[in-house]
Amino acid sequence: MPSPALARSLTDARLHVVTGKGGTGKTTVAAALALALAAQGRRVLLAEVEGRQGISQAFDVPPLGDDEVRLVTDPSGGELWGLSVDAKPALMEYLQTFYKLGRAGAALEKVGAIDFATTIAPGVRDVLLIGKVYEATGRTDGARRGQGRLVYDSVVLDAPPTGRVVRFLNVNHEVADIARVGPIRGQAESITRMLRDRSTLVHIVTLLEEMPVQESVDAIAELTAHRFGVGAVIVNLEREALLSAATRAALDDPALEERVRADLTAARVRASGPVVRGLLAEAEDHVERLLLEDEMRAEIRSQDVPVLHLPALPGGVDGGGLSVLAQALTEQGVR
Amino acid sequence: MSPTADRAMPAFDIDTLISDAHVGVVVCCGSGGVGKTTTAAALALRAAEAGRRVVVLTIDPARRLAQSLGLSELDNTPRPVQGIDAAAGGTLDAMMLDMKRTFDDVVEAHATPEKAAQILANPFYQAVSSSFAGTQEYMAMEKLGQLRAQAERTGQWDLIVVDTPPSRSALDFLDAPKRLGSFLDGRFIRLLSAPAKASGRAYLKVFSVGVNLATNTLGKILGGQMLTDVQTFVAALDTMFGGFRERADVTYALLKEDATAFVVVAAPERDALREAAYFVDRLGEERMPLAGLVVNRIQAVPAGALSAARALAAAEQLAEGSDQGSGGQAASATVELLRLHAALATTADRQRAQVSRFAAGHPGIPVVEVPAAATDIHDLQGLRSIGVALAG
Ligand SMILES: Nc1ncnc2c1ncn2[C@@H]1O[C@H](COP(=O)(O)OP(=O)(O)O)[C@@H](O)[C@H]1O
Ligand SMILES: Nc1ncnc2c1ncn2[C@@H]1O[C@H](COP(=O)(O)OP(=O)(O)O)[C@@H](O)[C@H]1O
Ligand SMILES: [Mg+2]
Ligand SMILES: [Mg+2]
Repeated sequence: MPSPALARSLTDARLHVVTGKGGTGKTTVAAALALALAAQGRRVLLAEVEGRQGISQAFDVPPLGDDEVRLVTDPSGGELWGLSVDAKPALMEYLQTFYKLGRAGAALEKVGAIDFATTIAPGVRDVLLIGKVYEATGRTDGARRGQGRLVYDSVVLDAPPTGRVVRFLNVNHEVADIARVGPIRGQAESITRMLRDRSTLVHIVTLLEEMPVQESVDAIAELTAHRFGVGAVIVNLEREALLSAATRAALDDPALEERVRADLTAARVRASGPVVRGLLAEAEDHVERLLLEDEMRAEIRSQDVPVLHLPALPGGVDGGGLSVLAQALTEQGVR
Repeated sequence: MSPTADRAMPAFDIDTLISDAHVGVVVCCGSGGVGKTTTAAALALRAAEAGRRVVVLTIDPARRLAQSLGLSELDNTPRPVQGIDAAAGGTLDAMMLDMKRTFDDVVEAHATPEKAAQILANPFYQAVSSSFAGTQEYMAMEKLGQLRAQAERTGQWDLIVVDTPPSRSALDFLDAPKRLGSFLDGRFIRLLSAPAKASGRAYLKVFSVGVNLATNTLGKILGGQMLTDVQTFVAALDTMFGGFRERADVTYALLKEDATAFVVVAAPERDALREAAYFVDRLGEERMPLAGLVVNRIQAVPAGALSAARALAAAEQLAEGSDQGSGGQAASATVELLRLHAALATTADRQRAQVSRFAAGHPGIPVVEVPAAATDIHDLQGLRSIGVALAG
């Protein structure tokens, strides 16, 4: 059942930026989202920018290089491509496009200028990384940008974590101090226009725990303040509640201990004191956890952003797990 | 719960570590989110309440934990923690790292006021000190060095506990400062700043072709101002103190002293334990002293005497009974408790298998398991209970 808010925000989306506190499952969720879109017949690019080879691990394929590689072909006709964006080739490509450098590129490399520009020159690295994503998002099969049909229907970006994502997206501001004029400035402005457009959505992955939720709330405020569109909060690794409301209420009843003892005995389980009290202690801890999770859910809901849910897969995401998560996203209205 | 039964896995006893007066620095490392900050704070509190005079350097504490440690004030210096039990004569100071401020302090401590002001206002410096990957690790090490010097000077602390930045990989703590140092001391930056220093003609002749091409091109893309900023920045730093790399090397050496102990924190999951294994191996190669491994957030199973399989079988039996009406509604709570127990016990078994696999690959490394609390750890009481678990 897609919520109207989700449907509205997804209508024009072409670039999905996925962020979240580190370790919440950003890469996994980005991969599942890309897979869900591809399974609906789209041609999708999944890109990562931190050189961690997360895509290659998630899809169990050899490490990705500078070339886009087809990861999945769906019976629907959809395709999923993967790319690990590296700043160095992106800079070389950039220099080639704008300056027709030819062999001079090698000279730059030799004196360490490429290393310098891609690692330490503030902001340049981010412009290069996101510039590549910009290029892929707008790429067409015609002779020039804007001519012909778009090569990718959707692009999903496994972005830096919440703490860094606004700085990362805010390239225009970052290069403002460096380049006041010239092509890199012009490029930063086009990139910013696209990122602030309705076609770009930033999704935030979280767990139902205090720190990730806090970071998500902070990120929503910061993204909004910088006029980036927030798509959905995606709650990952949700566990099902294993105790019904009736049982939760019964935990307050002093008679429960006796009943449990009698039931265990009836089932021929040795109902020792430690086992009976242990079962009750486990239930109480579980309820405490559930209450905290409810609190976290309420906090997320109060943000007025569509919320999507992904279950914790007991066996991990290996071997088909990604498809299960992709399916769950589709069922919740991700188009 | 005690891993001592396993011969490959001796018990890690945190009390022995903190009562060893010879140990002056404890570094808590691990991959992101495993509980480094919590472990560092719990260990520091336990040491203080055992009578040591402790300062703990936290990097990115959860907001509520920071509040209860009195860390809301961001002045980048240690402050006493209120509410600790001082009966044994110990003290606890805590601080939260402000990396930009630490960098600024380094500049101010090593340059004349005019020169310092010039550097602090340099846009390139501002970018490097606030956003470059590795700056946080570099500054964490820098702050550790400062706290150590202060402890030696004033005698106010006899134990420094350090948390490490929330990098994906634990190795970043060891590698990032050097990496940053090498970049700042890197070839191109040297070449850029060299003509300003060694403006001999011969030098220029040899290098000028490539360098001029490179500076001109980069100047076109990045703006000439930025390269000038870099040049002035590097030149100013050079007169202040030796290269960045040497500075990182000095703090690095401190980590090799035998008064330093590393505590590696991991979650009982494949990825985190794999990271922990890399880190442990690396410590070995570097001859850095490893005290032990903390496996944090292990699923606690109070009714552990009952196996998952037995619990499930009993649950099925009771559920069938209530379907037929004999057990009635009454058994349904027990059925749920048994199913919950089976799920918890299965998780715990899987976690223990992961830990055993680690131990088999790293025999002899002391390990302690800390149970997952039902809720987050955000006050002294919570830290104390972690401390108790750390003591085995
Ligand atoms: N829904 C899920 N169910 C089970 N395991 C998951 C799920 N989401 C993520 N994981 C696992 O959690 C770990 C961290 O996920 P990852 O996507 O790499 O996080 P991040 O990119 O945020 O660091 C991985 O081992 C991944 O397989
Ligand atoms: N043993 C534990 N039981 C329950 N929650 C824990 C435990 N250890 C850590 N946490 C919680 O996990 C979150 C992350 O812990 P933290 O110490 O900040 O990790 P790190 O410093 O490695 O990123 C915090 O909210 C903390 O309260
Ligand atoms: Mg990732
Ligand atoms: Mg931390």
